[in-house]
Amino acid sequence: MSGAKPKLTTSAMIASLAAEGHRTSGAPFGHALVALAQTRLDIVGMTADLAKYTDLHVFAAAYPDRFYQMGMAEQLLMGAAAGMAREGLVPFVTTYAVFAARRAYDFVCLAIAEEKLDVKICCALPGLTSGYGPSHQATEDIAIFRGMPNLVIVDPCDAFDIAQAVPAIAAYKGPVYMRLLRGQVPLLLDEYDYRFELGRAKLLRDGADVLVISSGLMTMRALEAAKRLEADRVGVAVLHTPTIKPLDEATILEHAAKPGRIVVVAENHSVNGGLGEAVAALLLRNRIAPPFHQIGLPDAFLAAGALPTLHDRYGISTTAVAERIKSWL
Amino acid sequence: MADPSTVSRRSNVSLAQRAWRIRRNALRMAAVQGQGYIGQALGVADVLAVSYFHALRYRPEEPLWEGRDRFLLSVGHYAIALYAALIEAGIIPESELETYGTDDSRLPMSGMASYTPGMEISGGSLGQGLAIAVGVCLGLRRKNVNAFVVNLLSDGELDEGATWEAAMSAAHWRLDRLIALVDVNNQQADGPSSRVLGFEPLVAKWESFGWHAQRVDGNSIPALVAAFDAARALTEPRPRVILCDTRMACGVDFLERREKTHFLRVEPDEWDAALAALGEMPA
Repeated sequence: MSGAKPKLTTSAMIASLAAEGHRTSGAPFGHALVALAQTRLDIVGMTADLAKYTDLHVFAAAYPDRFYQMGMAEQLLMGAAAGMAREGLVPFVTTYAVFAARRAYDFVCLAIAEEKLDVKICCALPGLTSGYGPSHQATEDIAIFRGMPNLVIVDPCDAFDIAQAVPAIAAYKGPVYMRLLRGQVPLLLDEYDYRFELGRAKLLRDGADVLVISSGLMTMRALEAAKRLEADRVGVAVLHTPTIKPLDEATILEHAAKPGRIVVVAENHSVNGGLGEAVAALLLRNRIAPPFHQIGLPDAFLAAGALPTLHDRYGISTTAVAERIKSWL
Repeated sequence: MADPSTVSRRSNVSLAQRAWRIRRNALRMAAVQGQGYIGQALGVADVLAVSYFHALRYRPEEPLWEGRDRFLLSVGHYAIALYAALIEAGIIPESELETYGTDDSRLPMSGMASYTPGMEISGGSLGQGLAIAVGVCLGLRRKNVNAFVVNLLSDGELDEGATWEAAMSAAHWRLDRLIALVDVNNQQADGPSSRVLGFEPLVAKWESFGWHAQRVDGNSIPALVAAFDAARALTEPRPRVILCDTRMACGVDFLERREKTHFLRVEPDEWDAALAALGEMPA
């Protein structure tokens, strides 16, 4: 008899989210920004000592004179980005989600958002995508930023989504916070009839029993769980909602109002203050009351460890998603 | 053709007269509200007079002229002083003076860029201005606009860590068009700065951060003129700071003698006395 499974080890800072057999694409944010900057001469890149870990190094290599290394100083980063935007440039600013949301909040709020300045804040390690513990796990970034007026919030799913979101948020004039997956990023949405549109939720697959409303990497998990549940003759619809704010209320209401389904909101974020509560309030305001469940991270400081272990433990792995959905039917 | 940006400097009105008028404008605004940061406004009036009527290039009729020197007020509650200067500079009409701090006015109590012509940033959250100034300098450099960027901050803002992040950054980027003005009146919300959080030695601190530093009597117009001239003429690729030691309520002697507080109390019947104490406009 074999003993207990060997314990997994915490991977390096940026763990890949791709499971075995997944297709991936390298540094989709960096490459998309380089392509866009060929024609958008007003775009500059700025970072706080995290170019390599946010894929902005690709931009820095392509346009060294348009890249600004601001040092490990996130408040300065946001303030200087505001100054750049005041002069008509469009800064793409990168750091980790924890630092933008927690440390630099006041600068994002008053120097950037209050004046609706054209700054795109693109942050790696959203939600639970690092095994380093609470210092690096931005489990409440959306809750923090949803309270900020003027700020558009985007949570793309995969490399395909990110590549299309970059030109879309650049075309929008105003401040945007985008959650970033970096490194070898899973690639799957190209298999669906899907195109990223800012402010729009898109139905990726239909199903008669369950409607999953999801954003970010949880859309990937929802699609995989849906495939597994097919074998159990459970029909799962997946409505991908990459723009968290402003929410595509009409599309969400249209799908949630269809009778006979439970509604599950899945997000790589605390169950407090994110997409789940936003959808719940939307449904209640409109007197739509299906059986409603949330898949998200608990209201707790999470453990350090290997991401697969943590995703299982906190209920956002594909297996956990499929099991929880079944338990609610 | 005359460069309109220098018209104001060629007028016959002296800098001392400009400072007097700025003080009078500020007192009139505060009288409307019955309150205001008048101690700071009177203290910094000479710095603003020399800024707007000696050092800065701008076009009063075109506040967003691309070639203008940018004046960034990070200490938002000094707005009353800056409005007084902007009125004197012809950027805000004098008729708006009496709307200060009232509903729907373009002159709110704390300065905000979206409200007021000539107000470059929203500065109420203290400690943000110098970081924004760094970005403005980098942006101007990208655009090959050779304007100066002046950031007026208070000594209290030296408590904020972000000010020093920006100070390091300005030296790193060799921002030779950046001039920081620090109003050193040694007065913060909870008392004398030296008791709230000691900031001396100021000149040594800024120099060690890579800045060209000067410390002057901020209520001496000749000293301020010389400091601005030196800061503008310097050829070293370094940011410049002028540390201005000012006296709260300078110019109105009975207020200046009053116990120093961040928010100077003035009784309703004292505004006329304060205007009177300002005396006649200097010759």
